[in-house]
Amino acid sequence: MNETTQKKRMLDTRMVPAPSQGIIPERDLYSTPVLEARHLGIEFGGLKAVEDFNLIIGKTEIAGLIGPNGAGKTTVFNLLTKVYQPTMGTVLLNGKDTAGMNTVQANKLGIARTFQNIRLFDNMTVEDNVRIGLHNQVKYGMFTGILRLPGYWKQEKQQHEKALELLSIFDMQDLAGVRAGSLPYGAQRRLEIVRALATHPSLLLLDEPAAGMNPHETEELMRNIIKIRDKFQIAIMLIEHDMNLVMGICEGICVLNYGRIIAKGTADEIQANPVVIEAYLGKKKEG
Amino acid sequence: MKLKKNAVNNIICYGLVIVVFIICQAMISNGSMTRSLKGQMVPICVYIVMAVSLNLVVGISGELSLGHAGFMSIGAFSSIIGAAWMRSALGIENETLRLILSMIVGGVFAGVFGVLIGIPVLRLRGDYLAIVTLAFGEIIRNVLNCFYFSLEGNRLHVAFNNPNLPGTILLNGPNGAKDVAKISTFPAGFVLILFTLFVVLNLINSRSGRAIMATRDNRIAAEAMGINVTKYKMMAFVTAAVLAGMAGALYGLNFSTVAASKFKFDTSILVLVFVVLGGIGNIWGSIVAAALLTVLPELLRAFSDYRMLVYAIVLILVMLVTNNPMIRGLVNGLFRRKGAAAQTQGGGADE
Amino acid sequence: MISFLRFLIYGVSLGSVYAIIALGYTMVYGIAKMLNFAHGDIIMVGAYIAFCAMQYIGLPPLVAVLCAMAFCTVLGVVIEGLAYRPLRQATKLAVLITAIGVSYLLQNTALLIWSSNPKVFPSVFSVGSIRLFDGNLVISSETILTIIANIVIMIGLTLFTGRTKMGKAMRAVSEDKGAAELMGINVNRTISVTFAIGSALAAIAGVLLCSAYPTLQPTTGSMPGIKAFTAAVFGGIGSIPGAMIGGLLLGIIEILGKAYISTELGDAIVFAVLIVVLLFKPAGLLGKPISEKV
Repeated sequence: MNETTQKKRMLDTRMVPAPSQGIIPERDLYSTPVLEARHLGIEFGGLKAVEDFNLIIGKTEIAGLIGPNGAGKTTVFNLLTKVYQPTMGTVLLNGKDTAGMNTVQANKLGIARTFQNIRLFDNMTVEDNVRIGLHNQVKYGMFTGILRLPGYWKQEKQQHEKALELLSIFDMQDLAGVRAGSLPYGAQRRLEIVRALATHPSLLLLDEPAAGMNPHETEELMRNIIKIRDKFQIAIMLIEHDMNLVMGICEGICVLNYGRIIAKGTADEIQANPVVIEAYLGKKKEG
Repeated sequence: MKLKKNAVNNIICYGLVIVVFIICQAMISNGSMTRSLKGQMVPICVYIVMAVSLNLVVGISGELSLGHAGFMSIGAFSSIIGAAWMRSALGIENETLRLILSMIVGGVFAGVFGVLIGIPVLRLRGDYLAIVTLAFGEIIRNVLNCFYFSLEGNRLHVAFNNPNLPGTILLNGPNGAKDVAKISTFPAGFVLILFTLFVVLNLINSRSGRAIMATRDNRIAAEAMGINVTKYKMMAFVTAAVLAGMAGALYGLNFSTVAASKFKFDTSILVLVFVVLGGIGNIWGSIVAAALLTVLPELLRAFSDYRMLVYAIVLILVMLVTNNPMIRGLVNGLFRRKGAAAQTQGGGADE
Repeated sequence: MISFLRFLIYGVSLGSVYAIIALGYTMVYGIAKMLNFAHGDIIMVGAYIAFCAMQYIGLPPLVAVLCAMAFCTVLGVVIEGLAYRPLRQATKLAVLITAIGVSYLLQNTALLIWSSNPKVFPSVFSVGSIRLFDGNLVISSETILTIIANIVIMIGLTLFTGRTKMGKAMRAVSEDKGAAELMGINVNRTISVTFAIGSALAAIAGVLLCSAYPTLQPTTGSMPGIKAFTAAVFGGIGSIPGAMIGGLLLGIIEILGKAYISTELGDAIVFAVLIVVLLFKPAGLLGKPISEKV
C-alpha cells in the first residue's frame, strides 16, 4: 500500500497527524483511540445545534476544532464532557461507551477541559485550584481529614508537591498562595490548563486557550501545549480562533459550520480546502 | 508556608476562645457576673455553634439555608426525650454523662433528618433551595406541634395529634416540653464550641473541604474536575445539621420548658444575621458576632425594642457594602481617610 | 356536601388573594430574577395604610385602598432603588439576604409604629352576600369582591404585558437583560415599573386579605407572602396565568387540608406542595425551564 492510499483510507476514519510534524515517532496510530465520536448530535427544541459529528483522536494527537462563531464548537465540547447529553450518536472514551454518564464520570474516564469563559474557583488559592484537580487521585475520606489521621498528613504533603510540580509547567509555582480570582487574565487561562491536567486526563480539551493573549504569550502557549503533550503523553483537542496557533501545532484539524463537519485534515489540506475558505477562512484570508 | 500560617491562626483563635472561657468562669465563680448575663452563657454557646455550623453551609458550601432552626428543634426535642428515657430506663444519674449522651442523640437525629431533607433540597439551586429549606423548617415545626411523647416507667409512648397518653408527659404537642431536667452547663457549652471548631476547621482544611468550596465557587467547573457536587454539598449540609442538633440539645436541656415556637423562622434568620455580620465564610467572625449580638441586647435593655430593626438595617448595609463595588470603594476611601481608628471600628463586618 | 362546597369557596377566596400576591412575585422574579422576600411585608404595610386611612382619617374604603396602593407603589420603587438596584451584579445569595433584611426592616418598623397588638380590620365592602341552598351556603361579599378583583387584575396585566410598550419592554428584559439594554430599553426603569405594579397589587391583596381575616399585625404579611411565592412557583414563575392557577389551587389545597386532614398541619401541607412541585416539576405548571449556559 503506498503512502497516499493509506492516508486517504485513514482520512475517512480519523484525523491524520501531519508527517512533517511527527514529534513523537513511536506514536501508535492503531491502538484504541482516546476519543471516538460517532454520529454525535444534539437538538435544542427542534434546532439541531450539532449533527452527525464523527471524529477519532489517537493517542498523543493534537487536534484542532475550528469554525465560525456559533458553529457549535463549544457545544461539541459540552457533548464530549457530558455537560449536555447527546440526543444522537455515541462517544467512546478510551474505548468505553459514555452513554448515560455525567460530567464527573466522564472526567474519571480521562477527559478534562478548560472553559471559554474562565471558570476558576476564584476564592481559593492557585494551589487549591490545582488540588481540586488532584481530588480523585487523593483517597483519604472526610473522617481522616477531620481527625487528622496519619494518612491525612502524608497525602496532603504528596498533593502539595504534585500541585507545585504541575504549576511549574507554566512557572507558576511562586503564585501558589495567591487567590485565583486576583490573577491576571493570561495566568488564569494557564491555571485552568494546569487544573485540568491535574485530573490526569488522557484527553485534554482546551476551549480558546489563547483568547485575550498577545502574540508573544500565544507563542509561549504553543510551545507549552506541545510540551504538555510530550511530557504527559496525552491527546489534546483545542478550539481556537488564532489561526497561527491552530495551523502551527494541530496535527489534525476539523472544521465545523452550522453544527456539521465540513472538512477534516491536516493544516495544509484545510488551508487549501475551498469549502473551508468559503465558509470561514475566506473572510479573514488577508489577516 | 500557607499551611503553617493557617495553623498558627487557628491556634491563636482556639487560644482566645479558651482564654475568654476562663475569664467568664472566673467571673462566675467570684460573683462579678450579673445573674441575667450568667443565664445567657449557655445560649451564647448555643448560638455560637449554630452560627458556625450555618456558616459551613452558607459560607463554605455557598447555599442559603433558611431552616437551620429546624435542625436545632429536632436536636432539642430528641435530646429531651432521650435524657428522660436514659434516666428512667437506663438509670444514668450522672448529669454530665447524660448530657453528653443526649447531645449525641440530638446530633444523630438532626443528622438523619439532615440526610432526609438534604436529598431533595440539594437537587435545587439558589433561591429555590433557600425557600425549600425555609419550607422544611416550617414543616418540622408544624409536625412537632402535633407530636405527643410520654414516659411510663421505661416505656416510651408516642402519639400523633392525641394528647391522651399514659405516664408522665414529656412532649405535649404545641405546648412543648415541660419539667425538663436542666442539665446543660456552661463548660459543656464551651466543650461543644471547641468540638464544633475542631470539626469545621479541620473539614475546611482537608480534601473534602476544598471540594465543598469548589462546588461553591463554580459548580460546573467542579463537576468537570470530577467532583461529585451533590455528595459534597450533602457533606456540608449534614455536618451542619448534626452540629445544630447538638446545639439544640444543649439549648433544650437548659430550660425547664421548651416549645416548638422557640425554633421559628425568626431563629433561623437571627443565626443568619450572626453569620452575615461575622463575615460569610469567616468562622471566627461568626463566633464573635454570635457572642456579641447575644450579650449586647442583654446589656443595653433600652436597645432591645430596636434590636431586630437594627439587625435588619445592618444586614442590608453589610450586603450593600460588601457586594457593590462602588459603595465598597467609597467606604474603603472613607476608612483610609479616617485612618486606623476607624478601621478598628469597622470590625468583623468589614471582612 | 354543602360543607365541602363551603370549604371550596373559602379556598377560592383565599386562593384569589394568594393569586394577586403571587402576580407580584412572579413579575418581579420573571423580570429582575430575584426573590423579593419583602413582598409579603408590603402587603402588611398596604393593609396598615388602608386601616389608618379609614380608621383615623375616616376616608371611604375605596379612597383608602387607593391611598394604600399609592403608598406601596412608592415604597416598592424606593426599596428597589435603594436596596436591590446596587446589587444587580451581585450573587443571588447577597440579593436574597438583602431582601430578607428588607422584610425584617418593614416588619420591625411596623412593630414600632403600630405595636404588636392586633388591629381589627373593619369590613371594607358591604355589598351584601349571596345565599344558596336555603341559606346553608353563604358567599360573603368579601369573597365575591376578591374573586372579581383577581379576574380583573389578571386580565388587566395580561393586556398590559401583551399590548403596551412598557409591557413589551418587561418581556424583553425578562428574556435577556443585556440584549434588551442594547435595544435601547431602559432596564432599570423597567424593573422599577415592575416593582411599582407588584407593590400596588400587594396593597390590594393586603386589604382583601385583611377583609377576609380581620386581624392585622406586623407579621400578617410574611406567611401569606411565602405561600404566595409557593403559588407562583406552582404555576410557573414568570407566568401570569400560572400565578392565578397556582394561587387558586394552593388556596383550595390549604383550606381543604385544614378542614379534612389537620388544622395544625395546614401550613405544612402547603409547603409540602411547594417541595413536591420544585422536585418534580421545577418549572411549575405553566413555566419554562431555565438552564445555565456553559
